[in-house]
Amino acid sequence: MSGHMTGIEHIAAAFAGADKRAALMPYLMGGFPDLDTSRRIGDACIDAGADLLELGIPFSDPLADGPVIQAAGTAALAAGATTDGVLEVCAALAPRAPVVLMTYVNILLARGIERFVDQAARAGAAGLIVPDVPLEESAELRDACDAAGLALVALVAPTTPDDRLARIGALARGFVYTVAVTGTTGERRGGDASELLARVKRSTSVPVALGFGISTPEDAARAAADGADGVIVGSRLVRAAAEAQDPATEVGRLVAELAAGLAAPPAHTDSAAPVG
Amino acid sequence: MTPAEAVERRFGPYGGQYVPETLMPALEELEAAWVQARGDAAFHAELDGLLRDYCGRPTPLYHAERLSERVGRTVLLKREDLMHTGSHKLNNALGQALLARRMGKERIIAETGAGSHGVATATACALLGIECVVFMGTEDMRRQRPNVLRMQLLGASVHPVEAGARTLKEATSEAIRDWVTNVATTYYVIGSVVGPAPYPAMVRDLQRRIGDEARAEILERHGRLPGRVVACVGGGSNALGAFAAFLDDPGVELIGVEAGGDGLATMRHGAPLTVGGRAGVLHGAMSALMQTEDGQIREAHSISAGLDYPGTGPQHAHLRDTGRARYEAVTDVQALDAFRTLAELEGIIPALESSHAVAWVLGEGAGELDLICLSGRGDKDLAEALERLGIE
Repeated sequence: MSGHMTGIEHIAAAFAGADKRAALMPYLMGGFPDLDTSRRIGDACIDAGADLLELGIPFSDPLADGPVIQAAGTAALAAGATTDGVLEVCAALAPRAPVVLMTYVNILLARGIERFVDQAARAGAAGLIVPDVPLEESAELRDACDAAGLALVALVAPTTPDDRLARIGALARGFVYTVAVTGTTGERRGGDASELLARVKRSTSVPVALGFGISTPEDAARAAADGADGVIVGSRLVRAAAEAQDPATEVGRLVAELAAGLAAPPAHTDSAAPVG
Repeated sequence: MTPAEAVERRFGPYGGQYVPETLMPALEELEAAWVQARGDAAFHAELDGLLRDYCGRPTPLYHAERLSERVGRTVLLKREDLMHTGSHKLNNALGQALLARRMGKERIIAETGAGSHGVATATACALLGIECVVFMGTEDMRRQRPNVLRMQLLGASVHPVEAGARTLKEATSEAIRDWVTNVATTYYVIGSVVGPAPYPAMVRDLQRRIGDEARAEILERHGRLPGRVVACVGGGSNALGAFAAFLDDPGVELIGVEAGGDGLATMRHGAPLTVGGRAGVLHGAMSALMQTEDGQIREAHSISAGLDYPGTGPQHAHLRDTGRARYEAVTDVQALDAFRTLAELEGIIPALESSHAVAWVLGEGAGELDLICLSGRGDKDLAEALERLGIE
C-alpha cells in the first residue's frame, strides 16, 4: 500500500525499484481502440514488466505526435472517448503502477487547470506530461501540480541549449522526458543519444527518460546503454494495438520483449560505454 | 543584447507560445531576427522596393460609387485584390521570406486554406530562389484547384493533408509537425496573425501597411477618417493590418466579419469571436476557439476556404474583449449574394472571403463613411461560386 505517497514519490520509487538497466514506460492511448480495451492493454503492459505507464488523453489536434498516435487519438474520440473516461482507465491502472497522463493543454484549459489537476490526482495519476506547455507557459500548471503532489514532467529536446536545459532541469519533477529526435513521435532509427543524455543529466537531479523513435528491444537496450534511466515506447505499441486481433495480448507480448531487452546485458559487442 | 523593444507575446490573456520544446529555441531565434530586421533600414528598403515595383503598392483606395448609391452612404474599397498574386497575403509572405533569407534558411514551408497564402509564399520563394513546400487540405485542394496549379507552376510542392476535415486547421497542424522535424533548416511562414509569438505581432506589422496607406489616403482625399473600417476575419490578418492604423482613433469603428456558414445556430460556421467562443489553445496560441465541452477543437465551416478555421488571431480576441473592435458574422448565402452584387455594381469580383465584408456593409442601414478592406480577388472562387449560384 502506498496510499500516502505523492505521485512524485511514486515515480521516484518506480525508477529506483526497476529491476532492469532502465525503467520501462510503455505509452498507450486512452480509449483506443475503446476504453475497456485500453484498460486491458495497460494491465497487459504491467503484467509484462512495465515499471510505469504513460496514458494518453486523446486530443483533436496533437501537434507533437506523428501519424500513428494521431490516428489513434482520432479513432478514440470517434469511439466516444472522453477525458472522464480516460481518467477512469487511469484510476483502474494506478493501484498497480504509476500512471503519467499525457495530453495537450487545451484539454486542461477546458475544465480549468486546477480542476483538471485535482481530478487527475484523485484518479491516482502520478504525473502529467503536456508537450505544448514549454517552460515559459508552465508556472500556473506547475503550482497546481505541486499542490496536488503530481509530477509535472518537463520535456527537453535535442534543440534545447544548455542554459535553457539548466532552467528546465532545475524545475523538473518526477523525471525529465528527453525527446530523442528532432521531430514528432514515431518509429524511426535514432542516433547515439549518449551526448544528449549526458547533457540532460548534468542539468537535473531527477531521473532522465528517453522517448520518441524507440520501438525495438535493441533500441531500448541502446537507450539504456547510452545512459537513459527510463525508456518510453509509444508508436510501436499503439500500432500493434491498431493492427492486432487481440490488442492487449499483442501489446503485452511486445512489452515483454522490450523488458527482456532491458534485462539482458548489452547484446554482442555494442562498443557501448561501460554501464555503471 | 538588443534593448528589448519587445515583440508582444500576449494580448491581454491571449497569445503565448504553446508549442513543443523542440520549437522554443527556433521561436527565440525568430524573434531576435525579426527585432533586428525591423530595426534595419536596409531590410525595409528592400521590402518597400519590392512591394512598390514587384507587387504594385500602394494599392488604390477606390470610391465605389454604385455600391455607395445602393447603401446610401460613401463606401471606399482598399483594393488589396489588385496587389500582385491577387490578395493581401504577399505583404506578409514577402516580408517573412526576406527574413528567412537573412536567417540563412534554405527551405520554406507554409500552410494554406484558400490557396492565397500558398500562392503568395510560392511567389516569394520563386523570387528569392528558396525551396517551398505548401501544406493544404485535400478538400481545399478540390475547392481551390487553380491555386494548386499556380503554386506548382511557381515551383512549390503542394503537400496534400488528409486528416480530419481536410481543410486549413489540418494543414496548419501538418505544417507545424514538419517544422518540428526540420526546424534546423526550415523557416515556417505562417499566413495569418495566429500561431505562437512572435508570429501574431510580426504578421500584423507586415500587414499594417494596408491600414497605414488607407489612413493617409483617406485623410488626403476626404479630409477625414472613416466612420467604420470593415474587414473579413478568419485568422484575421487583413483585418488586423487594416485595424492597426486606426486603433488610436476612437471615432473609427472597427468591424470584423466572420464566416457565419450555414448560420450561427447550426454549429456549421467559422465565427468563434461572434459566438463568444471560449479561450483555448490551438496552433500555439491562446485565443477564442470553437471547441467542445471537453476541449476538442470543432471543425469550422465556410464557403470560403480562407475563413474555414475554428480559431482566430489572439489580438482579435483581445480587441473583442476590450470592446475596441466588434465582430459579426454573415452566412454563406449572404456572402455569395455580395460576391455577385459587387461584380454587377462595380465590375469587381471579390474573393469569397472579402465578400463577407462587402455583405456586412450591404446589410447595414446606418453609417456615413465605410472603408472595406477588399482583401483579395475572386478568380480562384469562380467554379465554387458559380456552381452555388446556379450559373453554369
